[in-house]
Amino acid sequence: MFEIIVSKYNYWMYIILMMIGFYAMISKKNLIKKIIGMNIFQTAIILLFVSIAAKKGGTLPILEHAHDSMEHAIEVASYINPLPHVLMLTAIVVMVATLGVALAVVIFIYRKYGTLEEDEILDKIR
Amino acid sequence: MLDQAPILTIIFPLIFAVITPLLGWVKKEFCYPWVIAALCLSSVCSIITLERVLCHGVIHYHFGNWSPPWGIEYVIDHLNSFVLVLVTSVSLLVAISSKRSIEKEIPQKEVYFYTLFLLQVTGFLGIVATGDIFNLYVFLEIASLAGYALIAVGEKHASFASFRYVVMGTIGACFYLLGVGYLYMATGSLNMADLSKILPELYHSKVILVAFIFFMVGLAIKMAIFPLHTWLPDAYTYAPSATSALVAPLMTKVSVYVMIRIIYTVFQPNFTMEMVPINSIISWVAVAAILYGIIMALGQKDLKRMFCYILIAEMGYMLGGIGLANKMGITGAILHILNDALMITCLFLVAGAVVYKRGGHHISQMKNNFKTMPFSMAAFAVVGLSLIGVPPTCGFFSKWYLILGAIEAHHWAFLTALILSSAVNAILFFKIVEIAYYGEESSSGVPHVHVGTHHSHSTIDEAPASILIPLGITALAILLVGIFSAKIVSGVIQYAVPPNL
Repeated sequence: MFEIIVSKYNYWMYIILMMIGFYAMISKKNLIKKIIGMNIFQTAIILLFVSIAAKKGGTLPILEHAHDSMEHAIEVASYINPLPHVLMLTAIVVMVATLGVALAVVIFIYRKYGTLEEDEILDKIR
Repeated sequence: MLDQAPILTIIFPLIFAVITPLLGWVKKEFCYPWVIAALCLSSVCSIITLERVLCHGVIHYHFGNWSPPWGIEYVIDHLNSFVLVLVTSVSLLVAISSKRSIEKEIPQKEVYFYTLFLLQVTGFLGIVATGDIFNLYVFLEIASLAGYALIAVGEKHASFASFRYVVMGTIGACFYLLGVGYLYMATGSLNMADLSKILPELYHSKVILVAFIFFMVGLAIKMAIFPLHTWLPDAYTYAPSATSALVAPLMTKVSVYVMIRIIYTVFQPNFTMEMVPINSIISWVAVAAILYGIIMALGQKDLKRMFCYILIAEMGYMLGGIGLANKMGITGAILHILNDALMITCLFLVAGAVVYKRGGHHISQMKNNFKTMPFSMAAFAVVGLSLIGVPPTCGFFSKWYLILGAIEAHHWAFLTALILSSAVNAILFFKIVEIAYYGEESSSGVPHVHVGTHHSHSTIDEAPASILIPLGITALAILLVGIFSAKIVSGVIQYAVPPNL
């Protein structure tokens, strides 16, 4: 039991982080706290992707002797998988854009209602 | 040049969107024709693509000449080429109608509106065209982000509704991304065609099952399926009328398309039917969605909010068609993507015309509209008949296929829900027609917002032509698609139905 937790600790960390973010999004009343939760949630997924690419003893996926690389056999096991990292570069851009839009909407809300507490806004709507 | 048509369909709105703010900086009036030009070019390209798919079969477009499992490819088959044409033409119609209502509802913001409008269309088109599941995620987020901003500038509580949509939509997109991650962990591939070859050997794996569930839940949020629909009514009610006419029909339809792709292309039907009882779950959720949507629609006093709940019920139709998993059901679901996009566009354009003329979308603003706004109301009558499912209109035919599918699958609850939904739609439609025709509100306590009742008995006070023409075209399309629906089904949709059912 203990070994399952230790040997797959990256998955556990991602699940814990994701649940922290999820909890903040659902239960926090302050809109900024919700956004922070949303950010933690997205970061957890990025960590998952990055961690599945890692290999023990793996190095950067840059080929030495690139010009005559055909002469060397490329050992896949000695390089980190670059693809999830590239995917996450795109996902980080998406995450930043989402954060920007969310913050802009929050500024809009603050100008309109004068508060960022969800229950106070709901009181004003009713 | 013709080989490039699939990519040009997406590139045109994207490039034009980037240049729109610059043009708006020079002169604001340039933006509107610019957007129309972009969408016209994009529509032409999508029609060329459809024509080529019909003549020569599936198109594979490789980006930068990288062959598929490594590079990104666009795969255009019968299903997506048909949805591409739908997206470009609906967005073109909405763009034409948007000019006057945008000037009135969000003055000084036209430039940003049109930029986001084009970006949103880019997102929709990219989602539909791509054959790569990660690329799909990126386009899904482009479409959603543009949607959040477009909704937030609306009236009353639009900003708060938009914030809720941001939070819900981000959770949906993240779940989708997790599904992509789990599939990549198990297979090492992101290409849909490649995945569908690798996956059958791994169907017993728990990772694949979890990935599938993440996909379904994430998409259900984007589609606003019943328990996860809470963001939709507020967001689409308070959005500017041009935004709701663009987002309401297309965002949900595009997500239905993605769901069909995931269930029937990436995963094979035998996975969805044998490994998990997903089909029966989906069709029961659909029944719940239909019943919830129509019951809530009955209680609404606000026109746009009523249409939103009708939309939630209609999503149940398509979800049910997917869940039936027989040829008739899927044909009905795909045909309903077309029909429902037309009907919802028409409904929200009518709402837009009413908002433009009467300054609000409360149901009392429909009073006497048959006399003052005869053309809008004629279009509304057509779409109302289509929602009920009266034969010459298109709504009848997709419902007919869905009912046949339900009988074939012995799913009596779905059948009952469909018929019940028609009945309730009839009640809703005649309730509005009664108010609009006789002008007498039966329930008291509703403020009489309408000004100048005495004059409006005789004078026609119709919305401007830029709103009426797209509205007329949509209403005509509802009739024509109905009349020629046998041709559409035999010419396009029968090839779009997954062959291995």
